[in-house]
Parts: sequence; structure tokens; C-alpha cells
Amino acid sequence: MAVIEVRLSLPPKGLEAKEIAEKIKENFPDQVIDVAEFRDQVSVIVKKDQIISICKYLHDDPLLSLDHLQDLTAVDYSGKKDVRFEVVYNLYSIKYRHKIRIRAQVPEPNPKINSVVPIWAGANWHERECFDMFGIVFTGHPDLRRILLPEDWEGHPLRKDYPLKGPGPENDWPGFIEVLNRSKELKEFEWEG
Amino acid sequence: MEQLEKIFETRELNVNMGPQHPATHGVLRLVLDIDGETIVKVTPYVGYLHRGIEKLGESLTYFQALPLTDRMDYVSAMSNNIGYVIAVEKLFGIEAPERAKFIRTIVGEMSRIANHLLWLATHALDIGAMTVFLYCFREREWILDLYEMICGARLTVTYPRVGGVRNDVPQEFLDSLWKFTDEFPSRILEYETLIDQNRIWLKRTKGIGVISAEEAVSWGMTGPTLRGSGVPYDIRKHAPYDAYDKVEFDVPIGTEGDTYDRYRCRMLEFRQSNNIIRQCIEKLPAGPVMADAPKFTLQPKDAMFPITHPTKEHAFFIEEKTCKGCGMCMRACPAKAIFGEKKKPHKIKQELCLACANCYVTCKFKALKIVPGGKGLSDEKLAELAAAPVPEDIKKATEHLVEQFSFVKKGPRAPEGEIYVATEVPKGELGFYFVSDGSGKPYRMRLRAPSFIHAGCLPRLCVGHLVADVIAAIGTIDIVLGECDR
Repeated sequence: MAVIEVRLSLPPKGLEAKEIAEKIKENFPDQVIDVAEFRDQVSVIVKKDQIISICKYLHDDPLLSLDHLQDLTAVDYSGKKDVRFEVVYNLYSIKYRHKIRIRAQVPEPNPKINSVVPIWAGANWHERECFDMFGIVFTGHPDLRRILLPEDWEGHPLRKDYPLKGPGPENDWPGFIEVLNRSKELKEFEWEG
Repeated sequence: MEQLEKIFETRELNVNMGPQHPATHGVLRLVLDIDGETIVKVTPYVGYLHRGIEKLGESLTYFQALPLTDRMDYVSAMSNNIGYVIAVEKLFGIEAPERAKFIRTIVGEMSRIANHLLWLATHALDIGAMTVFLYCFREREWILDLYEMICGARLTVTYPRVGGVRNDVPQEFLDSLWKFTDEFPSRILEYETLIDQNRIWLKRTKGIGVISAEEAVSWGMTGPTLRGSGVPYDIRKHAPYDAYDKVEFDVPIGTEGDTYDRYRCRMLEFRQSNNIIRQCIEKLPAGPVMADAPKFTLQPKDAMFPITHPTKEHAFFIEEKTCKGCGMCMRACPAKAIFGEKKKPHKIKQELCLACANCYVTCKFKALKIVPGGKGLSDEKLAELAAAPVPEDIKKATEHLVEQFSFVKKGPRAPEGEIYVATEVPKGELGFYFVSDGSGKPYRMRLRAPSFIHAGCLPRLCVGHLVADVIAAIGTIDIVLGECDR
């Protein structure tokens, strides 16, 4: 039988999140803006310019080996912070069981950041979703298209200035208006029992 | 000649699979470029079920967003609920009592079994084994009935709560579940007799959709899909939550990383889950099932019993001299029992009144009075009774009611900060990322859905195989499109 059953002997806990933050600070002193801590979770806020080298370092360094990209997303801080967008990377090391969060600031207008797909293949769809929902362009992404919304959709829903109820009946997505019109046309064939 | 060549030129065929296709487990659309029978390129299209749960979550309080989570992965709604409440609990900084933790572990593992049963049923059906489907649904039905026993719902359960669970489990539930765990191992053997050594099954699964350990990690795979490739990553072990550090269990790990290994992993997980449930029932401690944190959890309904309970036979009455005629109560009344002109004292039609206390909470001038035992009395009699001093227990209960009313409406205020909490749901790692700005609603709610990431791996798993193997690949990554599209 191919499958073995293991009582997981857990690897020793690696570095504390703060130590990882220190390491990033040492290696990229001019990139780190701030370090925030909340409920034992540490986030390192960085500039967006060298995001690839920072991620590559975190992924490849034998002592860090943050190989599992848990999550990649963005947050719109419009009106709350000076820099509007932040792209958030939640990283975890399966080998050492430590984790860190990287937050890269992406200012308006034309929010743009380098893609991390060459480092984590799984970032592909996450970045497409970020582009879809926030309009952040990931340069170097192999296939940057909308993913959850139709391709001719207008606007980016998770931005804070996008209305919760959507674009409204007049400016609705053309595909939906088409469906509505079609249902009106077909109404005359409805069964009157 | 050139024209002829153009006509007879060998081109790749473009086939559209889905979105309405029974084997795609929902509304997944795949565009396949095929060369003969071999897959050259796969382009998945998702989003047909997109409901904007993340955007909705930003407009709801932490309590209100809970039912949204079981509409994500409707096959194992309980696990999603648990993932959500654990994330919110960590954000609030509260902890569920011991008994609630064990109950959540039990129902979480039940949902793992229910999910894997549905996966096995449909996966086998897709590949061509019809009987397994019927057998699996027999056991799944039992689990859904058990869910019904504790919370009244079968699919969208919303049973866990922030700070514990909705209600304690009855003894008959535990008895029936114990009987289930007694019988279930023999049922697993039944499924295995049907397919485990079946030649067709082996041909269709062995060596299909192989992915190496490094690649699987790089693609962000989690759960049994990752463990089939031999990576021992299980959040229940890596960062134990609930009662997982108090029970013993093994984590099955594959070696080849193909469809068959992932199938074996899930089959062995059945047995582990069964074991965990048995241990939890044995160790189930006594005690409360809701955390004692009045700032963050809803209080028991008993505390406001004198007012809201219909048998108490109380009536609401508007005092004429204090009523300013602002009309607030009129708008708040769901039964439209209050009438009156502007700037003149309003009146309640007693026969329409539901005694819901909405008007009482809304009134800014304290013109509304509660009259215990006033049901069915005339207005004059009520006015007489209302003038008398209010009994102490009613006074206390009303204060409590007003407090609860604003608490439910505004939601508990979370401390400012951001948090990412992952739990091991049957399909993989379900992560919740909250950014809180100190208000009662999350500033940003992000769901990391395992199905979304697994669906992204489909091109990697399918290329080079035959068209029929696409079905096996969709089955093996165990996706639900409700979770994928959110």
C-alpha cells in the first residue's frame, strides 16, 4: 500500500516571528517601514519596490524557508492611511512551523506591484483575484485577467468607494441586462395553466 | 496546394466543458485544448457562483456574518462555521469553555466524514462506480440526521457561536453518534471492497495527476490533496485549535502524489476522524458551552425572560403625558400596532401588539410602560396600572434588554488590529484574515478558500493526460464551487 500512516513528529519550532522581522530589517534596512504586532502575529510593512527580492530571500534562506504562501490579498485603506493599498502576504514554513506577514504598500494612482508567481506558483490566482477586486496590477504576471467577475465588468468591488449594492439597475452589467430582456421576450410563451 | 494544406492542417481541438456539467462538481467551466485525446492546455473559468461574501462581510457585524460562511462550502458547513468562530474568537481575545471545544471537535470531525463521504461518492460515480455512491449517501444521511438533532438544520447549520456553541448536545445525540462510530469502520471496509483493488479503479487513478511534494507546496495545496504528495502539513497538528491537542490521532501521508494516494489518504482519514469522535465523547467534560465574556458574546435569553416571554402576559402602554408624538415607535413597530398623529400622543392597538419590545427600546422619552399582567385589559385600566411603581425584576430585565438591543445592533467592538487564523477543514486550509478598525464590523474580511487554490492547480494536474482523466483530476482535488467563488 502506498500510503503510510504517521504519528506526526512535529518539527521543532523555528524562529519567533519577531526574529524573522529583525532578519528582514537587517537584510533590507531601507525597505522596511514599520513592524506591527497583534495577538502574537507580526507584520512587516515594506515598500513595494523590492518585494521580489524580499520574498525570494524569505523563501530561499535555509533558516527561514517560508515555502507555503498561505494567503495573498490586498486591503484598501482609502481615507485611513496615506498610502491607499496594501498587498498582504501571509507566509508559513512547513519545515520550521514559523510564520510572518508581509504588507507591501502600493500607492495610488495606477497601483502596481511586481508579481511573486515565479516564487510561489499558487500566487497566480490570488493575484488575479486582487486585480479583479482592487485593480492592483501585478507586473510580470503570466495571465492577468479578471477571475471571479465577468471580463467586461466595470469597477473593482472590494474598493471602499464601490457601493455595496452594486452598480444599480441602470448601469448594471450588460450581460445581466441581456438576460432580463430575454426573459421579457420569452414571457409570451409562458404556460398559463 | 497551399490552400489544401490549410484545410487539412492538424489543429488542436477546442472543447468547452461545463459550466453545466455533472462531473465538474458545480459550475466550473474548463476550456480544453486537445490534441487527439491528449490534453494540451486547460483554462479554468470560475466565478459563476460569486456572491461577494467578502464585501458583504464588511457591512455586517461579526455575529451576522456567521451564516454566510456555511453558504461557502455547503458540503461541510460545520467546519466553515468553526473556522470563522475560531478566527473571531482570536480577534476578540476570548476562549470557548472546555465542553464547547470538545463539542466543536466532534461536529467538526463529523463534517469531515460527511464531506469525504460525498467526495468519495461523487468521485467514484465520475469514474464509473455507481454502487459506492449509494452506500456513501446512506452514511451521510445518518450524519445529517444527527446534525438535525442538535441544531435543526441539515446543511446550513450555523451551530457554533463566537465563544462556544449554540446549545448543549442532548444525550440521545451522543448515544446515536456512538453507535455510528461503532458501525462506521465496517462500512468503510464495504466501500473499500468495492473499489480499493478494483482493476478499473486502479487504472483510472494510479499515476494520474501526479504532483511532487515541492510543487504541491509551491502551488499552495493543503489538506489531503497536499498530504497525498507526502508533505506532513496538518494544521490540527501544527497549530492545534479546539480540542485537537487533547486527542490522539495519526496523519495519513501518501508517497506517490497521484490520485490513488490522495484517495487512500482520505480513506484513512475516515478512520482517524472516527477515532477522534470516540475519544471526544469519552473525554467530554461537563460545564457551560458559552464563554463568560459579556462584552463579546450574547447573553442567555433567560435574563430577559420577564419581558419577552409571551406567557408572562404583559402589555405595553404609552403614557399620554410623556409622549411627544415623535413617531419613532410607530416606525419601529413590526406589527403596525401603534397609531397616532404627529406631535400628539400615540396609542397602541392592544389586539395587534406582539409584545416584542421594539417600541420600548426605541422611545427616547420613556413614554412607554410595561404593564405586567396587563394583557387584554382596557386602556383606562392599563393607564391606572402603569402609574403604579415598576416591580424590581421587570426594571432589571428591561435595562438588560436595552443593553442587549444595542449590543446586537452595533455588534461587539473588536480591538484594532489584524489577524490571520487558519483551520483544517476537510478540503484543506481555510484561512480568515480580518482587519479590524475598532468598530463592530470588520474593516476587511478575507477568506482563503482551499477550493479556489486547488481549482487553480487543475491545469498543472491535467496537462499530458487524456480527456477522461480530467474528470478524475477534478474529483481528486475535492472542490466545491460555492467555496471557490465565494
